[in-house]
Amino acid sequence: MAQHQVNYLKDGGLPVALTTIDKVVNWGRSNSLWALTYGLACCGIEMMASGASRYDFDRFGTIFRASPRQAELMVVAGTLTKKHAEFIRRLYDQMTEPKWVISMGSCANTGGMFNTYATVQGVDRVIPVDLYLPGCAPRPETLQYAVLLLQQKIRRESASRAQKPKRLM
Amino acid sequence: MRAYTPKDDVQKKPYYTDRYWVAPQVAKSDVSEDAVFAHDLEAIKAKFEVLDAYIQVKQMVVVINAADNFGVIELMKNELEYNQLSELSAIDWLATEGKFEIFYQMLSMSKRKRIRVKCKIDEKESIQSLSSLFRSADWSEREMYDMFGVVVNNHPFMKRILMPDDWEGFPLRKIYPLQGDEFAQWYEVDKIFGKEAREIIGPENRDPARVDRYDTERFSRLGHEVPRGTDISQGEPDTPLCYQENEGVFLIQKFDAEKSVVISDRDR
Ligand code: SF4
Repeated sequence: MAQHQVNYLKDGGLPVALTTIDKVVNWGRSNSLWALTYGLACCGIEMMASGASRYDFDRFGTIFRASPRQAELMVVAGTLTKKHAEFIRRLYDQMTEPKWVISMGSCANTGGMFNTYATVQGVDRVIPVDLYLPGCAPRPETLQYAVLLLQQKIRRESASRAQKPKRLM
Repeated sequence: MRAYTPKDDVQKKPYYTDRYWVAPQVAKSDVSEDAVFAHDLEAIKAKFEVLDAYIQVKQMVVVINAADNFGVIELMKNELEYNQLSELSAIDWLATEGKFEIFYQMLSMSKRKRIRVKCKIDEKESIQSLSSLFRSADWSEREMYDMFGVVVNNHPFMKRILMPDDWEGFPLRKIYPLQGDEFAQWYEVDKIFGKEAREIIGPENRDPARVDRYDTERFSRLGHEVPRGTDISQGEPDTPLCYQENEGVFLIQKFDAEKSVVISDRDR
């Protein structure tokens, strides 16, 4: 019999932390969101600035990857033209589950000021979007806030649920 | 490819006309006023038929027959020292005259002069390519074909340059609607998901001011999030914003202003 009664539920009893698998998995997922470099127009400049040293995305665990197979977050930064729509869908399909999409800027949200024949009126016509980020262009702080909100969203999800792929339709 | 169906001629029925508006005209002057231009015009006239010629904003405009375009530009390049083709495109006059106007903007570096060569062709007519004279004509002619549908003969690679290859219609024609015809509006849906998906995805929202506060399929209000598709017309509960430091995430703490140090000595 132990000399001291160990109260596992109180911290300080032993270096033991009790949690659920969900929380651990989501903690890992949400703090290492690797984003696909996807600058399409002027918003891409702000996205690059967010990744560079002044705003420093790395401290949130968000590292830009140049391959969709290594990325789980797609930041659609800029104007999506109709010519490019099939490629964004192809890149999205290549990303592994679970995956998330932030639509950055007015153009990606709704087509923005490009109310013309050549612009897709919102990327949500082509891929499912998790977070819409308003602004033209949103500042790097705004993009960082969006990523923090997305982290919260991920932490609230159940990690162990059967991986249901998101569907637009 | 699907068949091309003609669109309604929007240019012929404008929604508003001002009876008293007179289009301003840039003043034209005679070519004899400028010795250099007069000499150039004589050289062109000696070999080709010139329909009209005048000086406008210090540039000479020469109107020729469309069949002579290659010969005139070749003459200007080789004998008259106009060594740059700075611009080339078409203008849509289909509604008023049933014709395209093709213009070539030439620049002479040695003479410091510009000449604009113009000619007119019918809608179905094609025109000779200049890409063997000037490399800049290559892409400009492709763009002219892409935007107006003017076919260029003897071009090395007559293909669309900006729009996708399977695009229908020519966007810079006046009859082309700004927000696209039916083909353009469903282009990405048809191509990615197929025509059957049109009903599910729905038409484009072209109203930038449209806000549907009760649409929980696509939007959630910050601080009032509800599950997707919930009916919130009777009001929704508050879900206060919660930051990760409040949730007790490992290693992350809330910033305490009391414990922070302000560095006042800047030279430190
Ligand atoms: S939202 Fe504004 S800044 Fe962003 S891509 Fe569109 S026009 Fe550029």
